[in-house]
Amino acid sequence: MAPKPPHKQSVSMGRGARKRDDDSGTEVGEGTDEWTQSKATVRPPDQLDLTDAELKEEFTRILTANNPHAPQNIVRYSFKDRECQMEPPPRTNFSATANQWEIYDAYVEELKKQEKTKEKEKTKTPVAKKTGKMAMRKLTSMESQSDDITKVSQAAKIVERMVNQNTYDDVAQDFKYYEDAADEYRDQEGTLLPLWKFQNDKAKRLAVTALCWNPKYNDLFAVGHGSYDFMKQSRGMLLLYSLKNPSFPEYIFSSESGIMCLDIHVDHPYLVAVGHYDGNVAIYNLKKPQAQPSFRSSPKSGKHTDPVWQVKWQKDDMDHNLNFFSVSSDGRIVSWTLVKSELVHTDVIKLKVEGSTTDVPEGLQLHTVGCGTAFDFHKEIDYMFLVGTEEGKIYKCSKSYSSQFLDTYDAHNMAVDAVTWNPYHTKVFMSCSSDWTVKIWDHTIKTPMFIYDLNSAVGDVAWAPYSSTVFAAVTTDGKVHVFDLAINKYEAICNQPVVARKKTKITHVEFNPIYPIIIVGDDRGHITCLKLSPNLRKMPKEKKGQEVQKGPAVEIAKLDKLLNLVREVKIKT
Amino acid sequence: MTEVEETLKRIQSHKGVIGTMVVNAEGIPIRTTLDNSTTVQYAGLLHQLTIKAKSTIRDIDPQNDLTFLRIRSKKHEIMVAPDKEYLLIVIQNPCE
Repeated sequence: MAPKPPHKQSVSMGRGARKRDDDSGTEVGEGTDEWTQSKATVRPPDQLDLTDAELKEEFTRILTANNPHAPQNIVRYSFKDRECQMEPPPRTNFSATANQWEIYDAYVEELKKQEKTKEKEKTKTPVAKKTGKMAMRKLTSMESQSDDITKVSQAAKIVERMVNQNTYDDVAQDFKYYEDAADEYRDQEGTLLPLWKFQNDKAKRLAVTALCWNPKYNDLFAVGHGSYDFMKQSRGMLLLYSLKNPSFPEYIFSSESGIMCLDIHVDHPYLVAVGHYDGNVAIYNLKKPQAQPSFRSSPKSGKHTDPVWQVKWQKDDMDHNLNFFSVSSDGRIVSWTLVKSELVHTDVIKLKVEGSTTDVPEGLQLHTVGCGTAFDFHKEIDYMFLVGTEEGKIYKCSKSYSSQFLDTYDAHNMAVDAVTWNPYHTKVFMSCSSDWTVKIWDHTIKTPMFIYDLNSAVGDVAWAPYSSTVFAAVTTDGKVHVFDLAINKYEAICNQPVVARKKTKITHVEFNPIYPIIIVGDDRGHITCLKLSPNLRKMPKEKKGQEVQKGPAVEIAKLDKLLNLVREVKIKT
Repeated sequence: MTEVEETLKRIQSHKGVIGTMVVNAEGIPIRTTLDNSTTVQYAGLLHQLTIKAKSTIRDIDPQNDLTFLRIRSKKHEIMVAPDKEYLLIVIQNPCE
């Protein structure tokens, strides 16, 4: 553009000069020429030289009613008062109460902010900060938009429990405070007071196959659902109920195969080990909201080929890995270890039926595999455990010897349904079977100390946690039998039908570790909670003048006394 | 349906429950199973009462906090469970 204007100027000057030479007289001619000339752009010499791009740049200016050239802050000096008056600054109204807890909350927030800034300083990258801020902005805008009724979840849970407490108010009061006064007049018998009933529509057709109280939260218990019927096998469910909400379970898990057994870890009460009918074992983690188990065995990882009848958590091994044992009808007792989020199996023992080796020519020996149905680990001697089998034998085994048993007991004529060590006395254990009997043993003696015939197949048996001489047994005719050996060595002190309909078989029973209640599961999928009356919870009476002794030593001594009586009788006969 | 919706549905269908409502932090009802005028009345009155109750508990011990509030009257029981941003109110007739 630069060379052009002077050229034009020279042209115009040239023209102007020509005109003057031609028509010096006529003003009109000059005027029109000057007017046509005015099209040429006149550029002042001090104008900015800008490039095309810069010239095309647009600057937006907002027009306001304010005068942009007027001063913003005016200070007026009044000559009369000789004072300065300024325009007042912008103000808003704010009101709050300064309570002690508001001050406390403010301090807590400050602390949190300080901790956050400390964390941010540790992980500092400017790019990450920017993206973080963008993400934060997006999040906050989303939250304010959605109604977000999921925030009420905690309050809803509390209200549901309150509503249930109101409906079952009398039951809750009974649970806490009712002690049957008629027990005084009942000689030595006791009763079971029915409290809550737990049932869920989804588990209606499934039998209760396993019960376990949570070791940490005493009102929470786990129920495994499946089917004992060989012909009718369908899915399984794991439900966890709380006594505080009898109408709906706290956790629900579904599985393809029926659950046959479960166990909750003592140190990690959110881990539930489960054994299935198809031979698989799984671990559910209650802390994670997934519906699928956290870890599962598979045919590759050595699952059982027959239903898993019992699982039990063990102490962590030397590498601090979680591990549990499982027993199954395929004759294997397997130890499962959780190594780096995978289940690794180790065969501990293969059950062999002793005396079954048939002499086949060429010296071949056939070993028939025994089917394990129940096991229990000794409380103090870590490596020792008992296994009950379908043939009715109980083997005392050690974790270190995989081929030989420490001892064998010819316990029952039919399959052993449950085996449990006494919680106090280290030598005593109990077994029950479908041959209608419950037997109490001393593991050093091959014959049982006590035998009880209950007129119906015994589904499960459990020792009471508060006394070494009290235990409960449940039978398929719907009755619960409670025994206290210190009161009556030969009969049950409580013999009560518990289920509503006839032909309902009770499958499992468990004592609560703290409260005087038991839960009983039946084959219709219902769980009934019963309170033990005072006669069933008798503690040894203090003689006058003597101190009341409490503690495990007393319990052991009590049982020892009884056993000695029985042993004396045996020696005599 | 989300778990919370299911829980609220269960509460509403529980024996003796007359009505449930969810009120936000400003006292405005968000969700209700009762008619409009009753809801507005309950929401306004109970919101103020909950704030007072919460203030009382925290004044006594700032580390403590209100878990729930139960008002038993001759005719029925009003249960209020406060949350960080919402208030859940349930009216139940315990003995039918």
